[in-house]
Amino acid sequence: MENTEKEKAPQYIVDVDNVTVRFNKANQKVDNLKEYFVRLIRRQLMFQEFIALKDVNLKIKKGEAWAIIGTNGSGKSTLLKVISRILKPYKGSVKVDGSIASLIELGAGIDPKLTARENIYLNGCILGYTKQFIDEKFDDIVEFSELEDFLDSPVQNFSSGMKSRLGFSVATMVEPDVLIVDEVLSVGDVLFRKKCMKRMKEMLEKGATLLFVSHNMTTVKEMCDKAIWLNNGEVVMSGDINKVCDEYNSTIEEKKAKEKKEKQKK
Amino acid sequence: MATKPRQYKEGSFFEIFRYKDLLVQLVKRDIKLKYRRSFLGYVWSILNPLLIMIIMAIVFSFLFKREIALFPIYLLAGRSVFELANTAVSKALGAITDNTSLLKKTYVSKFMFPLSKITSTTVDFIFSMGALIIVMLVFSIIEGRLLFSFWNFGIIIVVVEAYIFSMGLGFLMAQLHVFFRDIRYVYNAFSTMLMYCSAIFYDVGMFYDKAKDQINAGVTPFALYLAHFVEYCNPVYIYIKQFRYFIWVPTLETVPQWAVVTPVDFLLGFGYAILMLAIGVFFFKRSQDKFILYI
Repeated sequence: MENTEKEKAPQYIVDVDNVTVRFNKANQKVDNLKEYFVRLIRRQLMFQEFIALKDVNLKIKKGEAWAIIGTNGSGKSTLLKVISRILKPYKGSVKVDGSIASLIELGAGIDPKLTARENIYLNGCILGYTKQFIDEKFDDIVEFSELEDFLDSPVQNFSSGMKSRLGFSVATMVEPDVLIVDEVLSVGDVLFRKKCMKRMKEMLEKGATLLFVSHNMTTVKEMCDKAIWLNNGEVVMSGDINKVCDEYNSTIEEKKAKEKKEKQKK
Repeated sequence: MATKPRQYKEGSFFEIFRYKDLLVQLVKRDIKLKYRRSFLGYVWSILNPLLIMIIMAIVFSFLFKREIALFPIYLLAGRSVFELANTAVSKALGAITDNTSLLKKTYVSKFMFPLSKITSTTVDFIFSMGALIIVMLVFSIIEGRLLFSFWNFGIIIVVVEAYIFSMGLGFLMAQLHVFFRDIRYVYNAFSTMLMYCSAIFYDVGMFYDKAKDQINAGVTPFALYLAHFVEYCNPVYIYIKQFRYFIWVPTLETVPQWAVVTPVDFLLGFGYAILMLAIGVFFFKRSQDKFILYI
């Protein structure tokens, strides 16, 4: 019985199930003992709840490319953080069946005092790779990052473009099962950006699953086939990219029109 | 594709084995940055304990009437062990809060950060043994006999005990520091108290002599309780005692009763280390998911 049921159930690579994420929105963060005891005595240790995500469901099959859209503060980044295990959900569960490469912010572990070579190893290890594996991929990484001449100089002398090239090259050195991208490609020159896009498309062709956050609807439509629209932490709509994007655009237009009207009234 | 490494449960202490290469990289970074492009980097790590030892040796040989044979070696041995534990824990204390940006952007086993600080301090400690070797060489010449012996290698056991103990205390303090940033001041006061309780510049025999006097005079032997407290309840003293047993005791012609190490001391030493580790890991594990909300 169980076996047949399992076969019937579609296999999701990312399964976000009824996830709620809660933050403390207290006016003042209590982060020291003195404050803690003062407030304990005055009974001011309150917890002001802020729900960043509310009952979000997102089921992604292998090989799909999903866009996450929504206005600022709608919970897009929180959703990505939950999927990439940085945040634990308050309620619900997240299951990811495979390796994740998250390009949420490039060069998260880059130490400016170390050289590029040392940073490649450090960053690779932070992402969970073994030294042996990085040894094998080292030449590819260096070639892709175009930093051959600067390998042994400290990263603090690098430009921000060079740093993100280094970060991107390390982060994408494997073919991950799930690739999470959060508008990281805004740095770097046009040529490198194109190179990154190409690399991402290659990964998609090889069967990777993509999760992409962007405000640029043209890029989104170009890269993705499905979309989820978040507003104030709740899912407004999810499904086919064109439907969701059109609906989203028209809502935004409506809003703009409304605001214009109100302004005119004033 | 890379071969998939063995799966460890997310957030468990044993996940550190999955990240063992990261540990090597982090420790290498700490050591490299300390000694990079400065020959004096290493000289300082020897010179610093040497200078402090000289000052303390001069001050305390005037202050105390009691004679401790080869006092500079006695002092340096005790202080090195105390400094190992103290530096390791105080570096581990800030390990989570110093890596805020990293923890906000990627998933890494959070145990790695305090662990790497403690490991690099231990490696540093091994480097700084150069100071002890210099002092022992100097006294070998003064005394006209070789003060080194096969017993010296026993300090490896002590380093292991102190490493495990510091790990436990380090995990405990690192997670507390996320929620209470002023815990550092509490820790500093605590470590000063611990230093005075660790018989670094005095010896426990002093308490026993005093206790004898108190018993003879018919008063409550508080000195005896104090001696027992230091000897059995202070893990750092237990490690110091063992360290001296391997370094200082072999150089003596007559060994005082209070310096002799028995198997009970090793049992206590490892017992405290493992207990501390269990406590540290328990609290760290329990609160690690909340770190992200406070950093």
